[in-house]
Amino acid sequence: MSRDKLNIIHSSCVPVPIENVDTDQIIPARFLKATTRDGFGENLFRDWRYDKSNKPIASFILNNSVYKGSILVAGKNFGSGSSREHAAWAVYDYGFRVVVSSFIADIFRNNSMNNGILPIVVSEGFLSEAFAEIEKNPEVKIKVNLPAQTIQIDSTGREEKFEINSYKKECLMNGYDDIDYLLNIRPQIEEFEKISAKIA
Amino acid sequence: MGKTLFDKIWDAHLVSQIQDGPNVIYIDKQFIHEVTSPQAFAGLEKRGVSVFRPEKHVATPDHNVPTLDQHLPIRDELSKTQVETLERNAKKHGITYYGLNHEYQGVVHVVGPELGITQPGMTIVCGDSHTSTHGALGAVAFGIGTSEVEMVLVSQCIMQPKPKKMRITVDGNLAKGVGAKDIILYIIAQISASGGTGYFIEFAGSAISSQSMEARMTICNMSIECGARGGMIAPDQTTFDYIQGRKFAPQGKEWEKALVQWKTLYSDSDAVFDKEYRFDAADIEPMITYGTNPGMGIKISANIPVESMIEESNKVTFRKSLEYMGLDAGQKLIGKKVNYVFVGSCTNGRIEDLRLFTQFVKGKKKADNIIAWIVPGSKLVEKQAKEEGLVEILEAAGFQLRQPGCSACLAMNDDKIPANEYCVATSNRNFEGRQGPGSRTFLASPLVAAATAIAGVIADPRDSMN
Repeated sequence: MSRDKLNIIHSSCVPVPIENVDTDQIIPARFLKATTRDGFGENLFRDWRYDKSNKPIASFILNNSVYKGSILVAGKNFGSGSSREHAAWAVYDYGFRVVVSSFIADIFRNNSMNNGILPIVVSEGFLSEAFAEIEKNPEVKIKVNLPAQTIQIDSTGREEKFEINSYKKECLMNGYDDIDYLLNIRPQIEEFEKISAKIA
Repeated sequence: MGKTLFDKIWDAHLVSQIQDGPNVIYIDKQFIHEVTSPQAFAGLEKRGVSVFRPEKHVATPDHNVPTLDQHLPIRDELSKTQVETLERNAKKHGITYYGLNHEYQGVVHVVGPELGITQPGMTIVCGDSHTSTHGALGAVAFGIGTSEVEMVLVSQCIMQPKPKKMRITVDGNLAKGVGAKDIILYIIAQISASGGTGYFIEFAGSAISSQSMEARMTICNMSIECGARGGMIAPDQTTFDYIQGRKFAPQGKEWEKALVQWKTLYSDSDAVFDKEYRFDAADIEPMITYGTNPGMGIKISANIPVESMIEESNKVTFRKSLEYMGLDAGQKLIGKKVNYVFVGSCTNGRIEDLRLFTQFVKGKKKADNIIAWIVPGSKLVEKQAKEEGLVEILEAAGFQLRQPGCSACLAMNDDKIPANEYCVATSNRNFEGRQGPGSRTFLASPLVAAATAIAGVIADPRDSMN
């Protein structure tokens, strides 16, 4: 199934400078009752974004229209906890295509890449500089160059290389997904089954 | 160079290795529940492909089922739709389904081992991060996302880079009143909620191998709470004895054959781990968490740390957690009034957990302020609790045994802790709002839960154990 193709993203950012943001905060369990992938964006960070009477909490960053863009910059250990892919769907549906942090939990990282979101792990120094620059000027842009695997803060020029394996990079750049790949190698999987049945 | 236990199993399931990319890994068994699967089934139907190996999947609803009156239709319309969707998908694609009124229904991670479906040497996945539970039997088991659930449905494979390997060795003897839950809460407190990220853990050492099979499941269950992909324990006689005779365990000649293979599943003496930790069992006390991630645990007799003891980078999290929990730095937790106790979940919802709780409360009375939800992990656990007479003892002490499901672990059903209320829970996560919006969770063992339920305040079970 084809998805958006990612290449160069040059955007202002939404900062969530909180550490250990778990997937229960990204999308609370009571919103997991859907049977489709759509519409999770409206409940992204639900309990930080709205109070008990569903009124927006003014102090939360998503309710501050000054901060917008397709890059989410988050504190260390983002996406820990539950394997719910709904968290990645919510991040995507809200409009983010890149998540930047100094540490991203494994399952969330996989889920992101399977949904056309590029997770980027940067150094602690880069992350704090990004937060500081965005705080100074919410319009500061970050430039993500997926082909070159670089991320740069416009205002300071600070640039870092980031890691991504070439297979996943190609998937994100071309909008491919793993399921297409696996369906294509079914004969090889059948062959594997025959060989392992003989060994067992 | 020798191989680790993890390597042996992973390598035997390697279908192909993409250059500078993930491994394609064959999956022996996938467990499916109602919350993370509907979009996967919808995806494969949209592509017009069938389930590749229907016999290698087992489905049961657990996350949002009610824990009372399960014979009645589910009242919550959305939950009802999810459960019905699971049943329809399973039946349509020829997948074994244990529905709400089936004798084998329960929390997926309780059901797999108790039916003998989970076996050493297997690769097991489920759209649930606590799939690591099955690693207790010497399987490579881990949680996956819904896209990956779909991959396994259509190809019996997933694509992931091989994780790094960590060994955590706990040697020595545990003190009285200290159990598996305390071991794992202690480990997570030591290495932090992200200390295992990127790794697959093997738990080893005399304090691990002396644990029962179910206690080992409690330990492996919470591997994800330190960020690890999974956790596992080398199978031994305890494992084999546990599996033998279970419903789907190999029988007769097949059993003998399986045993020969299972006995090769251990880390070679010269195997190299990317990271190793060693702990002394004597240092472990009954544990309890005070914050909003499972790494924020302390010995129950200790005080909450003061800010000067917290690493600089964690200070913001620390302050934010205490504010959410309504607690003060340096405060003692023993004696803190709580009104809710939850016993259950894939972490502590097995028969041994219910026995521990029941033995403690036997002949005592539940404190008046306490609302307790005691939830068995499966229909078989519920049945056994009745057969062993646990239900009578519980009832005499003022407790009720509910029906199986994930319940207040994640509060997708009606079992929600109200805002600002404290709950001592035997489950696995103390995240903000995990047990209901505004709920405040203290994670602990079934014994601490029992002591608290009797005292009406957080209590040390050792104080009333001979």
